[in-house]
Amino acid sequence: MTAGAPAIELRDVTRSFPGPPEVQALKGVSVSIADGEYVSITGPSGSGKSTMLNILGLLDRPTVGEYWLGGVLSSSLDEDARAAVRARHLGFVFQAFHLMSRRNVLENVLLPMLYNGTPRTEREPRARAALERVGLGHRIDFLPGTLSGGERQRVAVARAVASRPRVLLADEPTGNLDQTTSAEIMALFEELHADGLTLVVITHDRDVARRASRRIRLADGRVSEPG
Amino acid sequence: MTARDTRPLRALRGWAHHQPALLRRLRRPVPPPDDRPVEPADRFRFSDLLGEATADIGSRPGRLVMTIAGTVLGISALITTIGLAQTTAGQIARQFDADAATQLVVTPRTASTGGGAVVATGALPWDAVPRLERLAGIESAALLAEVSLPGAVVTTVPVNDPSQPPSAPPPVYAASEALLDTIGGRLSTGRFFDAGHDLRADRVAVLGVRAADRLGVQRVDTQPSVFVDGIAYAVLGVIDSVDARAELLNAVVLPTGTARADFRLSAPGDAQARIAVGAGPQLRGQAALALAPDDPESLDVSAPDGRSQLGRDVQADVNGVFVILSAVVLVAGGVGIANVTMLSVMERVGEIGLRRAIGATRRQIAGQFVAESVVVGLLGGLIGAALGVFAVVAISAVRAWTPVVDPWIALGGALLGAVVGLVAGGFPARRAARIEPVDALRGGT
Repeated sequence: MTAGAPAIELRDVTRSFPGPPEVQALKGVSVSIADGEYVSITGPSGSGKSTMLNILGLLDRPTVGEYWLGGVLSSSLDEDARAAVRARHLGFVFQAFHLMSRRNVLENVLLPMLYNGTPRTEREPRARAALERVGLGHRIDFLPGTLSGGERQRVAVARAVASRPRVLLADEPTGNLDQTTSAEIMALFEELHADGLTLVVITHDRDVARRASRRIRLADGRVSEPG
Repeated sequence: MTARDTRPLRALRGWAHHQPALLRRLRRPVPPPDDRPVEPADRFRFSDLLGEATADIGSRPGRLVMTIAGTVLGISALITTIGLAQTTAGQIARQFDADAATQLVVTPRTASTGGGAVVATGALPWDAVPRLERLAGIESAALLAEVSLPGAVVTTVPVNDPSQPPSAPPPVYAASEALLDTIGGRLSTGRFFDAGHDLRADRVAVLGVRAADRLGVQRVDTQPSVFVDGIAYAVLGVIDSVDARAELLNAVVLPTGTARADFRLSAPGDAQARIAVGAGPQLRGQAALALAPDDPESLDVSAPDGRSQLGRDVQADVNGVFVILSAVVLVAGGVGIANVTMLSVMERVGEIGLRRAIGATRRQIAGQFVAESVVVGLLGGLIGAALGVFAVVAISAVRAWTPVVDPWIALGGALLGAVVGLVAGGFPARRAARIEPVDALRGGT
């Protein structure tokens, strides 16, 4: 990863899904996000938001175009190297939380550190610190099923940041939450941004999008409003 | 990305400004940024794998029981069948050995005369018993001879009753005092004659159980007598059963000395011996030489061939059938694990997607499912082996057998469970590793 390079850079990225009929979810998208930026990506359903997040998160590959992550061309990475980058440099927050229902809160937050090489002795202190930070230090032994939606999403945020990623990718993080809880999560994101974390939030909620320092709007697979 | 990753390199460059030679070297080898290798996230150690594989095993007890049931059944069936095969093999061998493989009989060779009569061409010495007992492998020996009494009457009533229907009298045998021990005989009442009776030629007799029935002798405490050719013999006991020489159950048995005195018995008919298991082949030559050193060919020796072939065949058949049955059950157990593991993979698609998203490689996902399957198989194997050993002991206790289970079989059974888990987990693990995180995460958990 190269110092000084944008954290994220899409160069004329197209993503097609073979049909029939063939669908182009992204059509020649070029976006650059600097290190430490807080960007929201909005757009109606089917505009290509999730496809873009999957490419940004190295979960999918562009059909055409280049994706540079921290100055590294993602197509130069093999499958294991992509997993390594996800483990060390990316954090994910999903709309559906994706917490493991049979593991308690602490175990859920510990999970990413299994794969990113965090020394065993550092894992639990880091997980506890992350949970303290999201205000769930008193809930570490709880199972996710016993928590409210907002608390579950805060566990997911703690899990994403405990391994100290450079980029946090959030896919509709407030999609399953009420307004008050959404505001709590957004406040948490602002704190993380203030700490220097690069944040990319995909949302269809305009209020959530407005909290970002830059907004990118997608429509029909193209960037309609570069923020 | 990153300041954190490049900090050591930048610090080194800053210091290198004061080191011209090092600076030149540093400038040369720095690769283009996009070619810089990324360290693989392979710090997922075996202990981590084991921790992840066992973390959720007990979280669904019902599912766990269902998963391991097949392996438990398979392994316990295997251990039980192998254990029972070993136990019954011991039992069968013991039975065959007791009934057939431990009896040696020496008889004088016979030849046919020109007139059609069969005559003995050799003779056993009267001291055959002590001569045989000196041989290693002989546990007990006795003399036995049928006393030829043509036209003699054997009865308990010394009255000649012409109105009585004619019937064949029971045969009369002469035997030495160790006969009962040699042929594994048991008395229903009374006692067997001893060396004193033999030496003094006392007029005593022991009846076989069927002869006693025919002669109407029910008990010996009333001191009944049996008349053989008009001579009274006190009945000492009744032989109830024998392991060899079943013809004695229908006979009147007298001491050898008595038969020699009263009926001029000229020579013993057979020398009967109980031998150690496996001593037959060796004793076959030695017995004839010990009894007729000048002409061992004049004697026929009937001795068993070590372990009976029939016993070996039965044991092999029993083992074969049991092992095939167990293998079938074990395959069913493996299919059970594979099915439940496959079901688990399908149920945990979201979890697999999450793990892949946060950095797990395909190999780590496959490893986790294989490890889970192996742990489940090992657990099933351990429980199955314990149940199998218990079943062998319980069945043996009920049948009054001696349980025989090789400890390595039990240990091997537990390990076999792990192998079944390994094989059964292979296909589901491959499926799990192939799941694309994008597809998996769409479902949610």
